[in-house]
Amino acid sequence: MSDGPAAAPFWEMRGVSKHYGGVRALQKVDFSCERGTIHAVLGENGAGKSTLIKIIAGVVQPSEGEMFLEGRRVAFSSPVAANNAGIVCIFQELSLMPDLSVADNICITDPPRRFGLIDRRRQNEIARELLARIGCADVHLMERVRNLSLSRRQMVEIAKALGRNPKLLILDEATSALTAADVEKVYETLARLRADGLSILYISHRMHEIEALADVCSVFRNGQHIETFAKGTKNDGEVVELMIGREYRHVFPAKPVRDRTPAPMLEVDNLSWGDVLHDISLSVGRGEIVGLGGLDGQGQRELLLALFGVLRGVGGRVRVNGRPVRITSPQKAKSAGLDMALIPEDRKGEGLMLPMSVSDNISMASIGQLTRGIVVDRDAEERRVEEIVRRLAIKVGDLGDAAATLSGGNQQKVVIAKWLMTNARIVLLNDPTRGIDVGTKQEMYQLLRALADAGTAILFYTTDYDELIGCCDRVAILYGGRIVRELEGAALNEHDVVASSLNLPVEVERRTMGTSPS
Amino acid sequence: MRELRLLIAQNYGPLLALAVFVLMFAIYVGNHAAGLTVPVVTTAANKGVLLALVAMAQTLPILTGGLDLSVGMVFVLANCVASAVVVGSPLQAALGIVLVLGIGALAGLINGCIVVYGRLQPIITTLATGAVYYGIALWIRPSPGGDVQEDIADFMTYTVFEVVPTSLVLLLLVVLLVWLPFRRSVLGRGCYAAGSAEGAAYMSGVRIGHSKLAAYTLASFLAALSGLMLTFVTYSGEASAPIGNTYTLNSIASVVIGGTSLYGGAGGAIGSIFGAFVLRTIDDLLFVFDLEPLWQPLFQGVILLAAVSLGAARVLRIRNRLELFR
Repeated sequence: MSDGPAAAPFWEMRGVSKHYGGVRALQKVDFSCERGTIHAVLGENGAGKSTLIKIIAGVVQPSEGEMFLEGRRVAFSSPVAANNAGIVCIFQELSLMPDLSVADNICITDPPRRFGLIDRRRQNEIARELLARIGCADVHLMERVRNLSLSRRQMVEIAKALGRNPKLLILDEATSALTAADVEKVYETLARLRADGLSILYISHRMHEIEALADVCSVFRNGQHIETFAKGTKNDGEVVELMIGREYRHVFPAKPVRDRTPAPMLEVDNLSWGDVLHDISLSVGRGEIVGLGGLDGQGQRELLLALFGVLRGVGGRVRVNGRPVRITSPQKAKSAGLDMALIPEDRKGEGLMLPMSVSDNISMASIGQLTRGIVVDRDAEERRVEEIVRRLAIKVGDLGDAAATLSGGNQQKVVIAKWLMTNARIVLLNDPTRGIDVGTKQEMYQLLRALADAGTAILFYTTDYDELIGCCDRVAILYGGRIVRELEGAALNEHDVVASSLNLPVEVERRTMGTSPS
Repeated sequence: MRELRLLIAQNYGPLLALAVFVLMFAIYVGNHAAGLTVPVVTTAANKGVLLALVAMAQTLPILTGGLDLSVGMVFVLANCVASAVVVGSPLQAALGIVLVLGIGALAGLINGCIVVYGRLQPIITTLATGAVYYGIALWIRPSPGGDVQEDIADFMTYTVFEVVPTSLVLLLLVVLLVWLPFRRSVLGRGCYAAGSAEGAAYMSGVRIGHSKLAAYTLASFLAALSGLMLTFVTYSGEASAPIGNTYTLNSIASVVIGGTSLYGGAGGAIGSIFGAFVLRTIDDLLFVFDLEPLWQPLFQGVILLAAVSLGAARVLRIRNRLELFR
């Protein structure tokens, strides 16, 4: 923008921090953006991007720091307050109401009224005009949002946001669900909005989108604002360089040295599911820890759910110990012969029965093996539970206490204990260390390696790149529901993991690295 | 064309309930000794409108994703209060009617406040307040009795111009003056939004609390109106727990038969009216075919199951089984 140097930036944050308990999500961030620009925000998982936009959009309040809109100090107590100031955010999780019509949804915040009642004709005019603006005139105004495709829903979401006359528009991964045709329309719309003088914050993991759209890029890392630069002044390699480079915080157990590849226990051929998973082929050997990497939400979670029999309509073949199997439910997955276990991501929803006792939770998955006749053998149950609590060093006052009373780390140990009791041979882990203290994480790494050494096959999805590199024998990187690269040995380094996650070619990446002083 | 298809698809439940009702009612009058005469229709209407109003009442909390187990008790309470205050000169009786409806609205406002500001679950809240309202009804009318202003009662339970049952006219007025404006108001829109996706509604700046308050208040108001009608039909008041509970449960059944989702967010009170008529007509059919009234619960159950199964067809399309539990 050609505003004089004296003019205040359109949006400015000074010294903004956000703490969640002891966790620092954002530290002393200074950040500003201007009118008439598309400003990309980059960073790996957990870099603080989401916290940044949540603060701007009024969803969470900063722990300290000041924010200025057009030079005036502002503080937003709620999303509505931010809206009223002209800040509109399109979140990844849709803010649409599935049972309401397209027009109802677009006008939900402030429907046009006549004599106190909603003026439906006027509402339809507004909705039609907004949809036409983003090239979606073919969406029927009366259709319920529930019946639209994900891509169309996202377009309705964008129309809804534009209807609130934003001055600062935030798009958080807003294009990740769009079809190619709709992405084009969003590009055109954003370019037009930029010409109209809007300030646009654009969060995306897709480098080519940033290439095509952004004027300015800001890189975040570990909750800090690292650098802001004009597009085209840095190559991909330099951008990746800015995104990584955090210090190692964990100590990992040594990986075994192998002279030959272990016998495969779990083999997956061309697995696909809807438009989320495409042609996934991978194998996990006996005693191997295979990591699933990539940016959040590239299909890793769905892959684990598909293997555990939770999803319907999964294509492709799965073999366990060379035998083709069809896994149709978690019950089947844990049955004798398959012996699988899944440590879910959502501890509170899918991992534990919070009001039930620690003991009941631990024996939940193996209760069928602890019966005498038709009743549960309480003595045997108690013995086994005590044994495993000791083995995992779970800190619990009384085994009869509700699982809800434990700390996050101990809760996660209870989930793991539950599945160790089943003597699982194939263990699937879905980001098990999220929100867990460092000490418990260390124990978890030791435990995983010990399990692997005892012959268990482990498939480990984590959003923490350190864990992929430190814990896994091999890593498969997913991007857009496909495995884009497998990394092993020397190639399993932070650079290649980050570059692969962004779906950049690793070779080019290396060359750029070679030219920079190290 | 597409408009029409969408209209039919989105009103599938109410249309089906209407069709089933028309069919059942045709069979009923076809086999009735008197045939399609004004007295036959008026009797059916007076019985049907009582449940229809309570079903409309139940629709509102269900649309917000809640439930109101107190509608039957408010219905009984209004009946008892009316049998005490809707008496005397027409003017006194009119004031009594206002009092009855006011008490109804107040009961609903209390329900709404507890649900919205106390953040208690609607089911247990209304179960408790329902018991309280019943207790008050019992205190007002320990044994059946009382009276009602007969001129008004007769007018309300007979016909307009000797053709159309007055109770049906009342129901039509409630639809035109209460339900349709509410549905088109911002408050009504908020009820649908809250029931459909409360988090999304909150993020969109919808005033969820106001909408829920309005839903519970209006629900008890309609239940009280129905209780008033009951007084006009029976000329007396009775604090009967079985009547209250039957109306509560039948109102939920009517809502479901009328195509409103128990998860909230989709449906409407007009479907519930037809749902109530379907349930009521079962009685009449048993009567003309000389079957024991003992069969009534069985038929009600079968029809309810059929209605719920139609609504559950969605489950077959779910591809992530975890979503079944959300």
